[in-house]
Amino acid sequence: MSVIETTKPTENKRDRYSAGVMEYRKMGYWQPDYEPKDTDVIALFRVTPQDGVDPIEASAAVAGESSTATWTVVWTDRLTACDKYRAKCYRVDPVPNSPGSWFAYIAYDLDLFENGSIANLSASIIGNVFGFKPLKALRLEDMRLPVAYVKTFDGPATGIVVERERLDKFGRPLLGATVKPKLGLSGRNYGRVVYEALKGGLDFTKDDENINSQQFMHWRDRFLYCMEAVNKAQAATGEVKGTYLNVTAGTMEDMYERAEFAKQLGSNIVMIDLVIGYTAIQSMSKWARRNDMVLHLHRAGHGTYTRQKTHGVSFRVIAKWMRLAGVDHIHAGTVVGKLEGDPNTTRGYYDICREDFVPQNLQHGVFFDQPWASTRKVMPVASGGIHAGQMHQLVDLLGEDVVLQFGGGTIGHPMGIQAGATANRVALEAIILARNEGRDIVNEGPDILDAAARHCMPLKQALETWKDVTFNYASTDTPDFVPQATAAE
Amino acid sequence: MRITQGAFSFLPDLTDEQIAGQVQYCIDNGWAVNIEFTDDPHPRNTYWEMWGLPMFDVKDAAGVMFELNECRKAHAGRHYIRVSAFDATHTWESVRLSFIVDRPENEPGFALERQEIDGRRIHYRTTAYATVKPEGARY
Repeated sequence: MSVIETTKPTENKRDRYSAGVMEYRKMGYWQPDYEPKDTDVIALFRVTPQDGVDPIEASAAVAGESSTATWTVVWTDRLTACDKYRAKCYRVDPVPNSPGSWFAYIAYDLDLFENGSIANLSASIIGNVFGFKPLKALRLEDMRLPVAYVKTFDGPATGIVVERERLDKFGRPLLGATVKPKLGLSGRNYGRVVYEALKGGLDFTKDDENINSQQFMHWRDRFLYCMEAVNKAQAATGEVKGTYLNVTAGTMEDMYERAEFAKQLGSNIVMIDLVIGYTAIQSMSKWARRNDMVLHLHRAGHGTYTRQKTHGVSFRVIAKWMRLAGVDHIHAGTVVGKLEGDPNTTRGYYDICREDFVPQNLQHGVFFDQPWASTRKVMPVASGGIHAGQMHQLVDLLGEDVVLQFGGGTIGHPMGIQAGATANRVALEAIILARNEGRDIVNEGPDILDAAARHCMPLKQALETWKDVTFNYASTDTPDFVPQATAAE
Repeated sequence: MRITQGAFSFLPDLTDEQIAGQVQYCIDNGWAVNIEFTDDPHPRNTYWEMWGLPMFDVKDAAGVMFELNECRKAHAGRHYIRVSAFDATHTWESVRLSFIVDRPENEPGFALERQEIDGRRIHYRTTAYATVKPEGARY
């Protein structure tokens, strides 16, 4: 472990601002005595400096490059309250069991950020600094967002509680399925899958991330057939149903047009992809709030920067930004289905979405207490490679405020889509009933499911079909990964 | 048909012992259990008639089961009866669990009417066959 020096920044203003290049640590970006204010934004970076670069200097450089600094001294700093605007790295710890990497804690004054703008926040915190040459790699692990900043965002348009009230569904996870195959179905065929799945017992069906408006199915056609399916299933069951109509498009104007059409058709939910960008997401959130619409976010693309431990942005940070930005649903992992990362890390994401106060929990990857100050809660979505036989594990690990999405696990049922949906719904209700009765669902789960299957042939068949399904956990981080071809398409 | 509102509609009808188990779970969580009934099963019919007030201070499922049986004496067979639980915790302050415990023997279901309008759009209207008749005379 390297010795961490505690050099104070240069006090003498004339020396500090004489022209030339100066170490960042000496320019005021390293302040080991600094105590973060309640109103500071705090970022925790995992810093991996180039060989021979001092970790303190590297961390101070991160603070500098993500706030006021440039590579050389500029006299124009002296025209500003620069002590306030400088980000301050106040703590650098070695990353356990990772020689050469360091956790750098950096505090940012609230005045550095524009109210209610993820674009502005992220432009500072992850704007320039990730390409900084003296670093081999850099990862934004976590952020503490002060209440003062949280309160400048509207937060989710609907939130978990109001979504449940609108859907009239309480006390159990919601059930969904992504329509498969994800590409190639015509609008008419697509609506068939939606109808079968909803009538069979699911609450929601879902467009996949790359279903927008292609030659095989234009968006208006999909919306019209899907809403026929939703209304028909609603009448067949007496239950509120929905389908996430993906309004993702090439321009905001197109997205608004699609969302307006979804509203005219009476849809209760629309969907966007993370790749549309933070500003577009915030715009769609405002639209959803104005139009009583639940807003589903598919985290398409996140794996490009969340998956590697050494470089990028942790998904827990993305989850925080998305709660601020105001989405109602976000895909947050399944644990059981794909196991990228571990259950504890995923638990951290779920807490960030659902709790009003998330206490520091290093085991869960949560480095800071995070107060949400009554910001509405985001419904996490567990999607990809899960099936009815895992229901007890899913409920145990993910709780009840979650959408469990069984794509292949519904559509791949040997007796058809309705049977697949019914199997999932019966399995879910049986496990919730047993949990509430105080039974140990983790250990008794398979028995509870077998007992439920005695009065439900579709569940019996589902348990039989997928009993030996094993997942190649290391193979993929695709959000809608389907475990094996026979089970799905 | 069988309307599938509520948390347990896909399971065989719950026994009284099972209902009491769920009620006790709600009470143990500090939630107020409420009994409601209706003969309008439309999915958007939010406000079912309340059988008294939510039981904020009942600590034993037996007390709720007594009220449920009283409600059944008055309405069973001709109404849907549901049990729901309210959680007054800050940032929830809504229903935590809701499930149907009684339903009419015959559930005729819903008509779906379609009205074609401009641009291929359709206005959908869902109507319960039962609600053609006046309230109280439907089942």
